[in-house]
Amino acid sequence: MSGIDLSVFPARQIRDAIASGEFSAREAADAAYERIDALDSDVHAFLQLTPELAYAAADRIDALRAAGEDLPSLAGVPAGIKDNMNLVGTRTTCASRILGDYESVYDCTAVRRLLDAGALPIGKCNMDEFAFGSSTENSAYGPTRNPWDLDRVPGGSSGGSAAVVAAGMASISLGSDTGGSIRQPGALTGTVGLKPTYGRVSRYGIVAFGSSLDQIGPFGRTVEDVALTLEAIAGEDAMDATSSPEPVERYSEALGIGAKGLRVGVVRDMLAAEGCGEEIRAVVDQAAETFAALGAEVGSVDLPNAKHGLAAYYIIGPAEASSNLARFDGIRYGHRAAEATDVLDLYMRSRAEGFGPESIRRIMLGTYALSAGYYDAYYGQAQKARTRIIEDFRAAFERFDILLTPTTPEVAFRFGEKVDDPYTMYLNDYYTIPVNLAGNCAVSVPSGLCTTTGMPMGLQIIGDYFAESTLLRAAAAFEEATGFDSVPPLVKALGVAKGGE
Amino acid sequence: MAITESDVRHVAMLARLALTDEQVTTLTAELGSVLGHIDELQRLDLTGVQPTAHPLAMTNRMRADVIVPGLSREAALSNAPESDGMAFLIPTITGAGEES
Repeated sequence: MSGIDLSVFPARQIRDAIASGEFSAREAADAAYERIDALDSDVHAFLQLTPELAYAAADRIDALRAAGEDLPSLAGVPAGIKDNMNLVGTRTTCASRILGDYESVYDCTAVRRLLDAGALPIGKCNMDEFAFGSSTENSAYGPTRNPWDLDRVPGGSSGGSAAVVAAGMASISLGSDTGGSIRQPGALTGTVGLKPTYGRVSRYGIVAFGSSLDQIGPFGRTVEDVALTLEAIAGEDAMDATSSPEPVERYSEALGIGAKGLRVGVVRDMLAAEGCGEEIRAVVDQAAETFAALGAEVGSVDLPNAKHGLAAYYIIGPAEASSNLARFDGIRYGHRAAEATDVLDLYMRSRAEGFGPESIRRIMLGTYALSAGYYDAYYGQAQKARTRIIEDFRAAFERFDILLTPTTPEVAFRFGEKVDDPYTMYLNDYYTIPVNLAGNCAVSVPSGLCTTTGMPMGLQIIGDYFAESTLLRAAAAFEEATGFDSVPPLVKALGVAKGGE
Repeated sequence: MAITESDVRHVAMLARLALTDEQVTTLTAELGSVLGHIDELQRLDLTGVQPTAHPLAMTNRMRADVIVPGLSREAALSNAPESDGMAFLIPTITGAGEES
C-alpha cells in the first residue's frame, strides 16, 4: 500500500513531496492504481489503464530526483486523459465501436505537454461517443457512474475525466469542451473544470468534433491544480494553425490575491431561464454576495442573445461534426463492414454499424442543416446568431471582468432520465454553450451541495478572451471563501490515509 | 419546415449511412422534434448581420518552409482494415451506382 490518498493531495504538494523525498513518483502511481482497484469496477471511469506508461514516467521522475535535478511542475502527478486524445502506446476509441481497436500513431500536443511537465498517464477516460452527450450514457462501452451517487450520471461528455478526479483515481485530468463537456461534468462531480479560450490550447491530436468550438482543458480538485495544468498544456503549436501566439501566463501565480476590485456581472436574464432550479439560482446570488464581501464591485448584466445559443449550437456543432466524422469510412482505419459489394456499400454499412445512435443523430442533423435548400435557413442563420452572441459578450466585458451564471440548470440526474427526448439532454448545456460560440473562457467551480439530493452544484465564472489569469484568480477567491469539501462519501468510506493538507 | 421520411432517406444517403426502416422512422421523429426546438432561429431578424465561422480573427498563419518528418507509411497503414503493406486496399470502385 502506498499510504497516499490522492483525494487530499493537490498536484503541487505531490510534486513537492516527491522533490523532498517524502515519497516516490512510483508510490504516487501506486496510489492511483490502488484507488482504481477499490472503486473503478463501480465507477467505470477508465476505458483503458496504462500502467506501463505511468510507471515508465514515474521512473524518469524518480531518476531525476536521484540525480539531484529540478523536477518539472507536474512531476509525479497522476493524470487521466479523455479517450479522444491520441497518445502512442494507447488506443484512442472516442468510446465508439467504430474506433474500438484504433491504436494511436502520434501524440496529441496537449497530452505530450502534460507528460513533458512530469505527469503520469494513468489511463484513458470514458466519455460520450465522439463527445456527443452530457451524461456518458452514449459511450459504446457503458456509462461512467457519478462518485457522489452511483445511480446518477457524472455529466458529459468528459464524464470519465471528471469522475477520476472526483474519486481520487488521479489528481488531474484532461477533457474537451465543445458545448460544456468539461464544465458541466465538473459541476456534477464537485470538481473544477476549465474551458480555456479558443486557441489557448492546441487541438492537434484530439479527434475533432466541432472545429470552431472544441477546446482541450483541465479538471482538478482545486483551482490551483487547474491553473498549473493549463500552464503546462497551453501555447502555440505549429501543428494547429488555430492555436494562438498569445503568450502563456503564469496562471498559478495569479491566485491567492483575492477578488478586491474585480468587476463582477451577474447574468440576470439567463438566470431567469425556465428549468433552472431554485437552489441553483440561489448559488449565483450567494456567489454574488461572496464576491461583494471580498471587495468586488458586483452588478447585473443581460446577454439577450445567449438564449439562442442552444439553437445555434445544435446547428453549428452537428454541421461541423458531420463534416469531421466523414473521415470514418472504413478505408484507412476503424470498423469496416464485412463483404462489401462496392465502395459505396462499404462506406454506408461501415458507418451505420460503427456509429452509435447519438452520433448518427448528430451526423444526420448536421448533414440536413448543410444540405441544398436548407443551408441559409439553418447554418447561415446560426452563424449570424453567433455574431450576436459575441457582441453581447463584448458589451458585457466592457463593464465587467468576470460574469456569473450557474454551470448547469440542475444537479446530476439519474441514468435513463433524459434518453427518451434528446432535447432534454441538450438543455443541460444551456449556460455553457454561449461561451463556446463566442470562444472566450469559463470555469466551473464547486459551490456547495444541494440540500435535497446531496449532489454537488457548480458556479460558472466566465472570462474575456485570453483572460484566464483573471478568471482563475476569481475562481480561487470564490473557492477559498466557499470551502467546499470535494471528497465524496464513497471515498470517505474507504478511510482516509496520509493526507497533504 | 417539417422533416419527412423521404428527407431522412435523402440525408442518410448524403451522410453515407445505411439506415434500417426502423431507424428512418425514429430519426424522422427525433430530428423533427429537435428542429422544432431550434426553429426559433428562423424567427430572428438577422438581416445585415455578418456570419461568424470562427471565433478568433486569425488569417494566413504561415510557418517556415522547412521539411519536418511526417507519419511513416508503416504507421499510416497500421490501423488499416486491409492493406498490402504499401497501400490501403478497397473493394472494386468501378460500376458502383450512386445517387448524387
